[in-house]
Amino acid sequence: MRDFEYEAPQTVAEAVAVLGRFNGQARPLAGGTDLIDQIRVGRHAPSVVVDIKKLPELNVLELTESGLRLGAAVPCYRIYGGCDINQKYAALADSARIIGGIQIQSRASVGGNLCNSGPAADSTPSLIALGAVAVIAGPNGTRDVPVESFCTGPGKNVLAPGELLVELKFPPRPAHSGSHYRRFIPRNEMDIAVVGVGVSVVLDDSCEKFVSARIALGAVGPTPLFATVAGDGLAGKSVSEKSIAAAATAAQAIATPIDDMRGTKEFRLHVTGVLVRRVIEEAVKRARE
Amino acid sequence: MAKKRVVTTTINGQSTEFLCEPRQTLLEILRDTLRLTGAKEGCSNGNCGACTVLLDGRPVDSCLVLGVEVEGAKIDTVEGVAKADGLDSIQQAFLENAALQCGICTPGFIMSTKALLAENPDPTEHEARFYLAGNLCRCTGYDKIVRAVLQAAKAKKSGN
Repeated sequence: MRDFEYEAPQTVAEAVAVLGRFNGQARPLAGGTDLIDQIRVGRHAPSVVVDIKKLPELNVLELTESGLRLGAAVPCYRIYGGCDINQKYAALADSARIIGGIQIQSRASVGGNLCNSGPAADSTPSLIALGAVAVIAGPNGTRDVPVESFCTGPGKNVLAPGELLVELKFPPRPAHSGSHYRRFIPRNEMDIAVVGVGVSVVLDDSCEKFVSARIALGAVGPTPLFATVAGDGLAGKSVSEKSIAAAATAAQAIATPIDDMRGTKEFRLHVTGVLVRRVIEEAVKRARE
Repeated sequence: MAKKRVVTTTINGQSTEFLCEPRQTLLEILRDTLRLTGAKEGCSNGNCGACTVLLDGRPVDSCLVLGVEVEGAKIDTVEGVAKADGLDSIQQAFLENAALQCGICTPGFIMSTKALLAENPDPTEHEARFYLAGNLCRCTGYDKIVRAVLQAAKAKKSGN
C-alpha cells in the first residue's frame, strides 16, 4: 500500500484541526472496511489517515425519549446487538445486519457508509426513512444536515474539507410506527444491492390508516433517493393494496437507474415497484405489532 | 516515508510488541513481521475471509485493519486455537468431516466458527451459514464445513 501518516486525535476539536490542516489530503478512518481497500487500489491517496473511531462522541449509541443518537464510528454489530433498536428502529437494524459479512460488521460503521456516499449504500435509505439528521463538526462549529440532503453524487457529499461527521440523530418513534429495509441481490448475502428500499410508516390508532410514510430508494439513481411524493401520498389513506400500489408506482417514477452488470434499467424499475410494495407491507405489519 | 511506530498488543495470550509503518495491515504484520502465517492472504479486500482473526473477541478481516490501529488490543489467531494437549473441538470436527481440501480458507473458517460458537453456542444450520457468509471456500461446496461447525457446537456443549 502507498505510504501515509497516521494520526489518532483525542478530541473532536483535534480531529477537525488535523483534517483542516491537511486541507483535503486527510481521510478519516472509522472501521476502515472501505478506506483501506480504496487506498490499496489507488482510489484515494491521502497523505494522512485520521483514526477517529476512538473519539467518545463518535461512539455514542443512546436510545432515550428524545430519540436515538448513533455515533458516526459505531460498528454495525453494536446496532443490532441492542434489542430496543431492533424493535424501534428496525430498518436501521435490518441494514446493519446485511452490510458485508460478520467480519465487516465488526468494524464497518453506518456513518462511514453514509460518508462513502455510494448510491447502493445499504444503510442510507433506512436513515432517510427514519428521518435521521447528520451532525457535522467543522472549523466553524457544528451544523445539521438531513440525511436526504447529504449525498450529492456517486461518492460525493456535502462535507467540506476539514468537516467530520460526528453522529446521526433520529427523532423518537411515534406510537403505531414500523420500519423496514430490504434489498434485491442475486445471492443470499454479501452482495451489492441491485435495488434497496427503506420505509417507515406511522399508522393511526385503529392501525387501518396511514398517518405518514417516508420511503427511500437505493441503487436506482446517482444518490440514494427520498421518494417524497410516494410517501406523502399515503398520508390519510387506508392501508390497502390500492394505496400501497399507488405508492409503488410513485416511487418508480423518481427512479433513474442505469444498466450495469447487476441489472438492466428495466429490471431495476420493475424491482423498485415490487420492493416498495413488500417493504411497506412489512413496515405496516411491524407497526401493528 | 512515514515514521515507524511501536505497537503493543496481546496476541494469543502473549504480550507482543512490533514495529510498523502506518500503511502496513495487521495481516502483513502477523505474517511478515511476527511470522504467524496461519492467517492467509486471499482477496485483500474483505470478501474472502481467509485472513480472519479475532480482534478483542470480534472476527475481523485482518487485511482491512492497520497494524497501528491495534495498540492495546487483544488478538487471537488460528495458532492459538489448539490446546496444549491436542486440537480444539472445532479443529477436530473439521478434520473428522473432511471440511477442508486445499486448506487456504480453513484458518479463517476456524476463527469465524470460534466467534460464532462464543456468541451462539447452538446455532441452526441457517444461522451457521449466515454467520460464515464472509468466508469463501472454492473446494468443499460448504456442506462439509457446515456439518463440521454443527458437530463442533455439539462437542462443545458436551464439554469436549
